[in-house]
Amino acid sequence: MSHDASAARTSGGPSANRTVLTAIAWAWVGIPFLYGVYSLVLKIPALF
Amino acid sequence: MAGGFFDRSAIVAPPGWSRWLVPPAALAVHLAIGQAYAWSILKQGLMDAEGLSGTATALPFQLAIVMLGLSAAVFGTQVERRGPRWAMFVATVCFASGFLISALGIALGQFWLVVVGYGFVGGIGLGIGYISPVSTLMKWFADRPGMATGIAIMGFGGGALVAQPLSNGLLGAFGRTSGGVASTFLVMGIAYGVFMSLGWLLVRVPADDWRPPNAPAASEEKADDGPAVSASTALRTPQFWLLWVILCFNVTAGIGLLEKAEPLYREYFGQATTGQQLTAAVAAFVAILSLANMLGRFVWSSTSDVVGRKNIYRLYLGVGALLYVVILLLGNSNKVIFLVAALFILSFYGAGFATVPAYLKDLFGTYQVGAIHGRLLTAWSAAGVLGPLIVNSIVESQGPEGTGPSRYVVSFSIMIALLVIGFIANELIRPVDPKHSVADVERDRTATSEGASR
Repeated sequence: MSHDASAARTSGGPSANRTVLTAIAWAWVGIPFLYGVYSLVLKIPALF
Repeated sequence: MAGGFFDRSAIVAPPGWSRWLVPPAALAVHLAIGQAYAWSILKQGLMDAEGLSGTATALPFQLAIVMLGLSAAVFGTQVERRGPRWAMFVATVCFASGFLISALGIALGQFWLVVVGYGFVGGIGLGIGYISPVSTLMKWFADRPGMATGIAIMGFGGGALVAQPLSNGLLGAFGRTSGGVASTFLVMGIAYGVFMSLGWLLVRVPADDWRPPNAPAASEEKADDGPAVSASTALRTPQFWLLWVILCFNVTAGIGLLEKAEPLYREYFGQATTGQQLTAAVAAFVAILSLANMLGRFVWSSTSDVVGRKNIYRLYLGVGALLYVVILLLGNSNKVIFLVAALFILSFYGAGFATVPAYLKDLFGTYQVGAIHGRLLTAWSAAGVLGPLIVNSIVESQGPEGTGPSRYVVSFSIMIALLVIGFIANELIRPVDPKHSVADVERDRTATSEGASR
């Protein structure tokens, strides 16, 4: 494959659908993870 | 090769596919299987509901950890050949089935089904799931392999943070009876099955001619050029076994602290605090160690992309040993320094896991790095036995005459010695002799056979 085509693969802007998909995918894993971190951080002040 | 839905050839990324879709796919698996670290909550539920002993209810977890190491080692080559979608799907089925079999066992009053379900079947899901995204992430992020695997393996550390409120909430809602605990396992099995499915639906492998966006323009190297050592050959190199020692001893040193976090804090600072405050402080200490363990995986592993793998392990092992010396020397005289030292030790423990796939990639290439990583995880299984054994046997052998920080002098001294041995092993690591790499024709044949069915 030519260099240009290869470059298009790497730097071509994602379509709107892919942007939405990326946002949903990160929210899918990010929301429960951040809730877990939040629950944990609430316990820390008891240490001091 | 016939290209089915689960075949590697079916998930070659189309042009324009964002590589930032791959970390959430990996996280969907790792955040789920990291639930294993929160087994203690389900364990307590089982003890309350079934009247089982602590030793009996520890069995499913212990078997799961053993199966993690074994299945990663045994299925590593299969995972490499069939690709991440197959591996993530198998991990999803095994891990979710483990909960469902356990739920059935609890409902029928057959505890052995919990051991088989969560421990054996679920443990296979842990092992295959753990290694499933590693080589794919390193191919997508060949320019930042430490960061990429750090994100995924941070997910494994963070899995307990998701599982703790989930398990507590479900046990609170269903009750700590046999029916309540069975329902908790049932709901968790279904929930994790759904949650992990994002992984195998979303994961993609890069096309052969794909390059990272920031690759030097002059470079014509492919992401998987460089060393290309097969898993079977890697096992015959000293580099593999030196890394095995490093991982085993680094993990042992971390477990030495993690295993005894609760009694350790009570021994060090219990005299200065009243009962209820102490309970809250102990819970906070365990929580802050979990946070350090998790963040260390991402922060230090990402840093390794800049400073190099050998240097970052010098930090984990060398500074880790010094921090243990600080804890030994200061005892309970300075709480802040104790906390800072403990946090860094735990961050190095987590980071040791997260950085090792990138270290393997540097030494052996991406050719069969997933399979090699799987075999290396037997070091984790060994450390899982070694760490608690050292700390528990030494601390408990001192009996009632040993009190306060003095109870930990011998076990922490052993941890320092292990870290020093690990440091020396790291110093002995040299690049793998190119004669161990597979011939270019074999590498090309593998790539072509993968590409032929696209």
